[in-house]
Amino acid sequence: MKFTWFNLMPWPYLPDDFRQRYRSVWVDIPSTLYDPRKGHFLYHEYMDQLEYADALGFDGIGVNEHHQNGYGLMPSPNLIASSLARRTSRAAICVIGNSIALYNPPIRVAEEFAMLDVISGGRLIAGFPVGTPMDTNFCYGQIPAITRDKYREAHELIMRAWHENEPFAFDGKYTQLRYVNCWPKPIQQPNPPIYIPGGGSIETWDFCLDYDYNYSYLSFTGYKRGKDLMDGYWDRVAKRGKDESPYRGAFAQIICVAETDREAEDLYSEHVRYFFNRCLHVYPGFADPPGYRTIKTLKSGFLSQLTEDAMNRFPTLTWKELVDERFIIAGSPATVRQQMEEMIKGLHVGHVFCLFHNGNMPDWKTRQSSKLFADKVMPHLRNMWPEWLQDNRWWPAPLEERVHPEDSLPSLEGKR
Amino acid sequence: MTEKWIETKRGANVRVLDAGSGAPLVFLHGAGGLFADNPFLDLLAKRYRVLAPEWPGYGDSTGDEQLDDMLDFTLHGWDVVSALGLTRPHLVGHSMGGMIAAEMACLAPNDLGKLVLVGAAGLWIPEQPIADLFALLPFEFAQLLFHDPIAGATMLTGGLDFTNLQAVADFYIGNAKRMGVAGKILYPIPNRGVARRLYRVTAETLVLWGSSDQLIPPVYAEKWKRLLPNARAVQIDNAGHMLPYERPDAFAAEVSTFLG
Repeated sequence: MKFTWFNLMPWPYLPDDFRQRYRSVWVDIPSTLYDPRKGHFLYHEYMDQLEYADALGFDGIGVNEHHQNGYGLMPSPNLIASSLARRTSRAAICVIGNSIALYNPPIRVAEEFAMLDVISGGRLIAGFPVGTPMDTNFCYGQIPAITRDKYREAHELIMRAWHENEPFAFDGKYTQLRYVNCWPKPIQQPNPPIYIPGGGSIETWDFCLDYDYNYSYLSFTGYKRGKDLMDGYWDRVAKRGKDESPYRGAFAQIICVAETDREAEDLYSEHVRYFFNRCLHVYPGFADPPGYRTIKTLKSGFLSQLTEDAMNRFPTLTWKELVDERFIIAGSPATVRQQMEEMIKGLHVGHVFCLFHNGNMPDWKTRQSSKLFADKVMPHLRNMWPEWLQDNRWWPAPLEERVHPEDSLPSLEGKR
Repeated sequence: MTEKWIETKRGANVRVLDAGSGAPLVFLHGAGGLFADNPFLDLLAKRYRVLAPEWPGYGDSTGDEQLDDMLDFTLHGWDVVSALGLTRPHLVGHSMGGMIAAEMACLAPNDLGKLVLVGAAGLWIPEQPIADLFALLPFEFAQLLFHDPIAGATMLTGGLDFTNLQAVADFYIGNAKRMGVAGKILYPIPNRGVARRLYRVTAETLVLWGSSDQLIPPVYAEKWKRLLPNARAVQIDNAGHMLPYERPDAFAAEVSTFLG
């Protein structure tokens, strides 16, 4: 099993009446709600946490890309990742990812990811999301019906730029370049492991299987709801005649660990509810612009997700409901361990993106929960896929001998 | 009206409503598509040969995968005119159809009779932004599109029963398909630069607008008139963006007066 410590980097100062006063946490959230002075301390707090996760022994530390978003303060995850590459030297740096259809020209992604891979000594996991409609279409203006085609072309360009050793001309529909010549090249050859975050479109499953990429389901609603979708993916894997390595799949999970179940509620309840109540308050008109999803996906049952009442329930979910219905995995180390096992086996995944920081959770609670997990849960989950022990196809292969810049830095232990 | 199918040179199969006799008039529908009933076409068919092709991706008409940008849509418009065997037809375009008709007139100014733009998309006035059709919730459409939103809602959904989930899903998928195609020229801003090309239009043009159009407010009619070499603008009261459907009599009368 591989565990990646993931921080969405939410803005923790949304007002109590945020839902009532504003229609969306994403796209048109008033930027006056952001305070750059507080933001200064916050970025450092969040990056410290990611570095702390490396020290705790998490396999990876993860960042992602969102735009105009009150729960995701990383329009450029590569900036954060490059800082992490300098301050850590062990964990994989998981950038999941760069929305490749948004970069013009997309060769920029090949270059920046190569830089990250080189600086980190070959620790990069490269994520290529199609991107949410909120980011891709509403914030960055891409035409919904053309987004996927543009994505496919950007992917082709980036992979060729990494794989080919002579300059070549690229005559694309969206990008034309006379001299493609990626400098630098990544350490990991022929390319870093590729992860594709998706939300259940059939085309994305097939895309992952065409190239043997990892499929990552970044859900916030837990493994009971994620089961149908991941079952669909594994059915597709079987149908395509691929092996069933659990490392083909990843799942994101909100996790809260305390000494007891009761203490977990006392410590974390308000922060998790902040996340569900305020951070997931997205205007439904931004969720599904016509053309973004293919008709095939819409017809295959995607609509049932839209009509599902889960979204409407977010603001009123109680701690008990969040726990009982497994939106989150929370409780004592024993409880969390048992539910993690259920999740990992149930979804058949070898990678978990662990979300320990939630909503407006303060630093010390985030660290406490992470440390308890690292000390008392993670060791017991390590060997859940013994038959796939040697399968490293979806994990970085860093240089044996590499720079350890963090050795010259002060201790990473908690600062409060 | 009779319905027929044509195939364009590029291979799109297009459903066309066909009625009446007289000078040929091609009606180009907007992003919402043709409705089941289009009484204004019947009225026009009393004086003209009315041909109303459906855009690719609408209904069962095909070929949308060949349309990526404004030039593709414009050429497709002319391909349809050719496939119908028409010479110098009048072009009447509504909303997105108006945007395409205007481009057709820029591209091949000598190949049409007169031009009618009805609540046409294609221009952008920063002070009067057009609402984002792609972020609207289903129940918000009627309010923006009609002078009388209650009557409009029935027209829009064909009297759809919103308690029937399957019917709603079908409607949703149909809308996703139609608007997905429309987005290629309307998203994120319905402006593909036609203003720079309008100097080429030689056709006499009528700019027709519903005076209570809330989607593309009547101030846009003035801008079209200003940019077109030979245009006049007329507003019709008690009509919103869906003017042809809300006031079919007044609409047909104005168009007939203009076309002669």
